[in-house]
Amino acid sequence: MARTLINVPKTAKPGDTITIKTLISHPMETGFRPGTDGRILPRSIVTEFICRFEDEEIFRAELFPASAANPYLTFTWVATRSGRFSFTWRGDGGFDQTESATITVA
Amino acid sequence: MALIGLLLSHTLAGAEPIPQAERRSGFDQMSPEIQAMQRDDGANPGMLAVADGEDLWTKAPPSGGPACAGCHGVASSTMRGVAARYPAWDARTDKPIDLQGRVNVCRREHQGAEPLAYESPDLLALTAFVAAQSRGLPMAPPDDARLDPARAEGRALFEARQGQLGLSCAVCHDDHWGRRLGAAVIPQGQPTGYPLYRLEWQSVGSLQRRLRNCLSGMRAEPFTYGAPEYLALELYLATRAAPLPLESPAVRP
Repeated sequence: MARTLINVPKTAKPGDTITIKTLISHPMETGFRPGTDGRILPRSIVTEFICRFEDEEIFRAELFPASAANPYLTFTWVATRSGRFSFTWRGDGGFDQTESATITVA
Repeated sequence: MALIGLLLSHTLAGAEPIPQAERRSGFDQMSPEIQAMQRDDGANPGMLAVADGEDLWTKAPPSGGPACAGCHGVASSTMRGVAARYPAWDARTDKPIDLQGRVNVCRREHQGAEPLAYESPDLLALTAFVAAQSRGLPMAPPDDARLDPARAEGRALFEARQGQLGLSCAVCHDDHWGRRLGAAVIPQGQPTGYPLYRLEWQSVGSLQRRLRNCLSGMRAEPFTYGAPEYLALELYLATRAAPLPLESPAVRP
């Protein structure tokens, strides 16, 4: 499991624009580098990120080669009601990780 | 080449250490964007290593020995200020020891575990976690006379010209800090943020890794990891940086 840092405000007022910050620990191996044995290391990057609020998709990003290691994604959302965010990262080699966070809107 | 010529011509008089009032962290010379990245724990990638270190702190080694927390308890109180006092004197080996060395001594003697390799993710995570407990505290190198010979050796190394370019650490970091080397602003070389996340590395690294970087940039032969020369340099750098506050895990370009 990769380490993630997710920053969602715990509470917000209805109509507030909140900033969501996510960071995941990932080497983002390019697929162009030779390893110590001279063979090319297989590409291993995060290719997709999806954030859902309850079951509604609120943000999606596709990532490509030349993204930084430990990709940091930040985006905003207008608070409507309390609920649960889910964050999913998918990538090469079957990489798939989901984390969640909750927010109280009142 | 013109710049190198300039550096050489300016420094024949010899280097003087930076007076305490003029000491500045490399943080002050970074762009506002990278400063913001370091300040925000949700954006600072070094915090990933700190979080890993926190897990390792409470996890008992497979040997059955105690976890770090088994002896040291809650790091936020017991480890507060510890990193600011390293490198310190190790009475058992009669040598100076840095935080990485201390972690490995603990592993060997109290946990019955293998020492962690230099720059291994686990060692960086543990040292980052311990160092992060001292964030904001001033560097406080121990006032221990037994460390003086190594400190003096560190200063001599810092001021000695070496490598094919004939540069010393002091030529850039004492005499020309604040000016530019190519596109980069030359920092004072204060080791206040280690282990830190370097954007160029795309990873966390130790002060020894940074010193190796500078040495190969000067076209000198880097010492191997754990060499006494690094300990001596780390000791001198800590004295040279005090009382700047610790900022681990820092972010640097």
